[in-house]
Amino acid sequence: MHETAKTEAGTTLPPPLAPGIRGFASDWASDQRAFKNVSWGKAMMWIFLLSDTFIFGCFLLAYMTARMSTTVPWPNPSEVFALNIGGHEIPLILIAIMTFVLITSSGTMAMAVMYGYRRDRKKTAVLMLLTALLGATFVSMQAFEWTKLITEGVRPWENPWGAAQFGSTFFMITGFHGTHVTIGVIFLIIIARKVWRGDFDNERRGFFTSRKGHYEIVEITGLYWHFVDLVWVFIFAFFYLW
Amino acid sequence: MAQPAAHAEHQEHPIKLYLLVWGLLFILSICSYMVDYLGLHGYLRWSLILIFMILKAGLIVAIFMHMAWERLALIYAILLPPIFVLIFVAMMVSEAHYTLLTRIANFGAGP
Repeated sequence: MHETAKTEAGTTLPPPLAPGIRGFASDWASDQRAFKNVSWGKAMMWIFLLSDTFIFGCFLLAYMTARMSTTVPWPNPSEVFALNIGGHEIPLILIAIMTFVLITSSGTMAMAVMYGYRRDRKKTAVLMLLTALLGATFVSMQAFEWTKLITEGVRPWENPWGAAQFGSTFFMITGFHGTHVTIGVIFLIIIARKVWRGDFDNERRGFFTSRKGHYEIVEITGLYWHFVDLVWVFIFAFFYLW
Repeated sequence: MAQPAAHAEHQEHPIKLYLLVWGLLFILSICSYMVDYLGLHGYLRWSLILIFMILKAGLIVAIFMHMAWERLALIYAILLPPIFVLIFVAMMVSEAHYTLLTRIANFGAGP
């Protein structure tokens, strides 16, 4: 983070950055750095997220290919993921609740970022922990869903309702997404602890990098968290609703 | 405090905006759930799913991830490459059709 401070003072000051498409051309044609007003940490998180987009893109593509090419009918997700509440089969209800939980966690995360930049240590930490709690709730509900499906006989190679590929794509896609959520929860707790302790106010050096942290890490964590929510939007649409 | 004030690119936006987007995401999620609940079918179902999905994804990326306030250099670098995934989709659609036809031709069973 030292470098960003220096470059910000050094290179951003000369001619003001051109707006629009002209600015895009000059940024990319310029020396040393293309992302003029974005710190390396944020740029790297974005590039990581782009690569992760391709990973999930490939999973969903594999799912599409399997579903399109099978001669056996695909199980109806609306029925498979229905829950019996009070004697009524409510389609997809658990998935809908999981969606709301994740969206709520994205909202609390966005507010944590905002309070982070206002240097409101307590509110930031509390909102991040709340985000982590909602994330953990999401993972627990996913664990419940997996347990339910496994007891009903869903395996990566077979299931009672139709095309065998249903199980493998389901476990693959939701498993990878759940892993991302879990990593996000751990990441959130670590950063929330640092915020709470006031690391970014006292310029305490990090244990691993021995660099001074900034509140920007809250935004970077937020980028990852929103991405997890974003992936869920696509999984919800293509796997559960389609 | 070495960096704060000078760092002009801090993403600070009013809480109202986040609450608004949050509400919109909720409404859109309810809408996409209703598509399933009401049991809509065919092209209406698929187009509604895609519309709600794209709106939700757009709101998350633009507002929550602050992409709307970034410079074009970053926006293009991150948002244009995934277009290649769509080309991949087109390739795999044709591949899937071929596999399906081969299966029907060789194993007899039809969908």
